[in-house]
Order: sequence, then C-alpha cells, then structure tokens
Amino acid sequence: MTKTNVYKGKTFKFGDDISTDHIAPGRLFHLRTNLPELAKHVLEDADPNFSKEVQKGDFVVAGNNFGLGSSREHAPTIIKMAGVSAVLAKSFARIFYRNAINVGLPVLICDTDKIDKNDLLEVDLSSGVIKNLTKNTELKFAPLPDAMIKILNDGGLVQHIEKHKGFNLE
Amino acid sequence: MDRPQTLAEKIISSKAGKKVYAGDITLVDVDVTAVQDGTGPLAVQQLEKMNLVKAANPKRTVLFIDHAAPSPQKELSNAHMMLRKFSKETGAQLSEAGEGVCHQRLVETYVNPGDILIGADSHTCTSGALGAFATGMGSTDVSVGIALGKTWFRVPETYRINVTGEFPKHVYAKDLILHLIGLIGADGATYKALEFGGETVDKMSMADRFTLANMAVEAGAKAGLFATDKTTENYLKERGRGEFFKVIKPDEGANYERVIDIDVSNLEPTISKPHTVDNTCTVSEIEGTHVDQVFIGTCTNGRIEDLEIAAKILEGKTRHPDTRLIIVPASKDVYIEALEKGYIETFVKAGAAVMAPGCGPCVGVHQGALGDGEVCLATQNRNFQGRMGNPEGFIYLSSPAVAAATAVAGKITDPRKVI
Ligand code: SF4
Repeated sequence: MTKTNVYKGKTFKFGDDISTDHIAPGRLFHLRTNLPELAKHVLEDADPNFSKEVQKGDFVVAGNNFGLGSSREHAPTIIKMAGVSAVLAKSFARIFYRNAINVGLPVLICDTDKIDKNDLLEVDLSSGVIKNLTKNTELKFAPLPDAMIKILNDGGLVQHIEKHKGFNLE
Repeated sequence: MDRPQTLAEKIISSKAGKKVYAGDITLVDVDVTAVQDGTGPLAVQQLEKMNLVKAANPKRTVLFIDHAAPSPQKELSNAHMMLRKFSKETGAQLSEAGEGVCHQRLVETYVNPGDILIGADSHTCTSGALGAFATGMGSTDVSVGIALGKTWFRVPETYRINVTGEFPKHVYAKDLILHLIGLIGADGATYKALEFGGETVDKMSMADRFTLANMAVEAGAKAGLFATDKTTENYLKERGRGEFFKVIKPDEGANYERVIDIDVSNLEPTISKPHTVDNTCTVSEIEGTHVDQVFIGTCTNGRIEDLEIAAKILEGKTRHPDTRLIIVPASKDVYIEALEKGYIETFVKAGAAVMAPGCGPCVGVHQGALGDGEVCLATQNRNFQGRMGNPEGFIYLSSPAVAAATAVAGKITDPRKVI
C-alpha cells in the first residue's frame, strides 16, 4: 500500500453484532438500486443520528462480529459512500469483510475497547498503526491477507478485474 | 502419501486442480452461480461496469426473483426488469416470482455433489447438504464468478459436528441447529466450514440436512457440509438427477480445528429470542409469551416435510383470534405437493394466509411486516432487529411444530402438549 493511505477522523462507536439489517435495512429494499438515497439511512437502525453526523474521513468503531447477516454488498458500499474511511472492529462477519474489500472499504481488526466515541484517530493502512490522538496511545491492527491487499490496492474487485483482465492474486 | 482432507479441502481441491488445505488461498472453477432480486441488480451493474455482460455457464447461472415477489412497488419492479433483461441477453436461467426461494430451487434443480456454488445470498450454504461447497458472497464477487466462471477462496478450517442419539418426539433438526448456535455463538464459527456427521446425521432426511446447512452462516460459517450417501442419491433420483450422484466424503484422519459432539436424545424444542440467533432457550422457559404473528416458511423450514408437521397440528383447528398465521411454501414444487396432500386446505381452513412461494415476510420487504412492539414467531433463520420490516418488532425463531402449536394457542406453546 502507498504511503498516502493515512486517514484522520473522529469515531462513532457501536456494540457487538451490528448486522446488515442495522446497516441497510430490508424495509428499504426498494432503495437498493438508488444507493445515494439508501446511504442517507446508513446504520439507521443502530444509531438514527449517524448518517446526519458522520463526516468525511470518520471511522466506524465496533465490537465483535460486525456486519453479520446477509450478503448485501450495499452495506459496506453505503458505509463508504457516507464518507467513512475505515471500519475498526474486534471481529467481522465473513461475507461483510470480503465485500468491504471488494468495494474498497478498509476493515481493520483491532482491540476496539481502547477506543471511545469521538476519539480522534489517525490510521496508517501501510504501517498497520492506529494513533489515538485524543488518548495519545497507539494500537496495531492485524494485516490483511495478501490477496485482499492486492484487491484493495487496485481500488476494489471491479478495478482489479479490469486492470488484470481477470484475477491476478496468486 | 497426501495428507487426509476434510470435505471442504476435498471439494475445493478438485476445482482448484491441485491439493489445497486450510489456510491456502486459491482460484477455483465455479459450477453454479446465483443471485436474487436484492443482490442481482447490483451484480448486473458491476458486469456492465466491467464490460463483461456475459455468463460463462448460462445453464447454471440462475437469477431468482424471490425476495420481493410479486413486486410490491415500482422500484423493485424495475429491479426485476434488469434481471429479466440480463437473462435474455446472456441465456442465464430466470426463476420468476412464484417459483420459490433461491436456496430451495437450487437444491431441487441446479446443484450436484462435488459442485462449487457461489450465490449472492448468505444462505447459499444450504446446498452444502448435497455434498457441494456452497457459500454466500456479495454481488461483485458473484458477478465476476458469473462472467469468468471462477472465484478465489481461502480454504476454511473445519469444525466437525458429530451428532448422536435419537431425536425425542417433536424435536427436530431446527432445534438442533438453534441449540448448536446457542452453544457456540453467532460468531462461533466465523470463516470456518461446519462439517456435519455421525449416526444421527446418517439417518437424517435431506430436508433436515438442508435446515442444518442453511443455518451454518448464523454461526458465522462459510459453509455447512455433508458427505453424500444413499439418502442424497435417492433425493437426486427423485428430482431426475440420479446420474449426477457422486460419493463425496472426508478422509479418515482429516484435520479438524475443533470437534463438537452433540447427543440429541435429551434435546428440547429450542427457541431463539430477540434480537440474535444465539440468544436461545428451551420452549418451556418462555411458554405463554403472547404472539401476534406466526410465520411458517422460508429456505430454512418451508419444505414439504415442514408443512406436513404444521398440517398435522393445524388439522381441524383454527388459529387463535389474536394471532395471524402466514404460511409460504418454499417452492412451486413444494406448493403443488402440499396441495395434493391437502395441507393447503388445512391451512386455509385454520385461518392462515397462504402466499405464493418465495421469501414471504422473512426479510421485511413486503407481506407481513410487523407493527410497533409486535411479536412474531417464525420458522426462518434470523431474528435481527428490523428483520421483518420494523426495528420496533420482536422475532422469535422455532421449528414448524412450535410455530403451528403457537398459532393455535396464541402464545408460545410446547408442541408436545397439544399432540
Ligand atoms: S427465505 Fe429469508 S433467509 Fe431465505 S433467502 Fe429468503 S429472505 Fe433469505
């Protein structure tokens, strides 16, 4: 990853088991072909104010098993569209994790107990370091698998396939 | 000699063209790809973006209109049009409104032992009961699979689930899987494959195996896998696909990250309480809870065997006046068989709203959305907050037997007490 992959922003904190139904509710199924509209409701069922308050560069910070549930890729897509630069969680559900990389949304596994709501963070994707500027502490996040780094570096799976005219992961 | 392999390692190896083991990352050939009306339109858009509007294997690329079918509003009607158009352009198969839930249709018609199936729906793992490696992914991953006939996998570690003992009366595979998820947690098997086996599984019907495989993802698993046997072979024969039967089984001495033994002899009817699947208890702990709506159906428990259990309980009875009852056969074939067997008449006479095969109210798009504070008991696989169209609703999960008994009593009821 390039050195420019440094993000700075404040945090929004969520608990364990934030499901894709919290992020992109089924009752808004009809908005799935209208992503900008759907993005206005991102995470609404977990925090009704989130989409109004989030600013470009901010981080979503959660507990265990973030993104469990359905395969709807709309979930990471609208988190990214809301301006979120990365999601930090203790663990992620499998499909969400893979979808997030495919749409170019960094997902980082770390001990989020050490981060509070509204902390100011600086995350360096290339070095794997999260600086908590509010608390003046540092955290490490686990590195992504190589195949995922390749996809993320290309900007997502669509871009990866376009660039290499197929998969180029091995 | 080669290291012995789990089911997951075996199937993935055969499609990777080399021996792979847990932790390896590999490209594989994909046999079957599937999308549904909630995820398919985005898959089509991604293919348009990549200039790859084609299907590598159109006969085994299936587009399902099942989640919002028939369409309740124009935005969804337009999404359905995208899928119909893609099917016309590429020759991909289209499963129209009324034909059924994708996972039921996939096992009935499209997936064979040893196949790799990727589907843009999390419960794609259902087909693992046929000895196929079947897993849910997002629209972009599946779109690439559709066009190129390939995907990449990290070969999962495997948890072996050994099931022994005989099910007590009115206790079913659904109770077993809810119990297991309560035991290991909603993230207890994240990234892993669950491999089911043991004497009880050997004796199990395909319907019960589908129910178990279906809910593997509710423990976070990538797949829920079964070896194939006579039961698999008979199922395929009945569906006119006998020639596709293959023996698929794990090697003796395969490496399991964890082995979980479950004896079902003392299992009780089990319920998941709001709002997570692992929030389980036995029916006796919450008996008497008032229920506004009972829903029997879905890819978890909308098969003919499930409707039979419900029909036996509902025969000659009516739903409680304060409790609505919605029943949705999982597929057209299930519907026809239920008609022939008289179950549909039983349901309608019992006061049920019987609806066209599909997902029904499961995902909260249409049909049976909950009101504020209302309680639903459903045979589906998840009960997340907001799942049935309202974050102010409360969803309990159970077997069809508990659901039918509850519809009659108007409150959560142990089926062993009514029959
Ligand atoms: S029945 Fe429910 S769980 Fe199954 S595919 Fe449809 S919406 Fe998903």
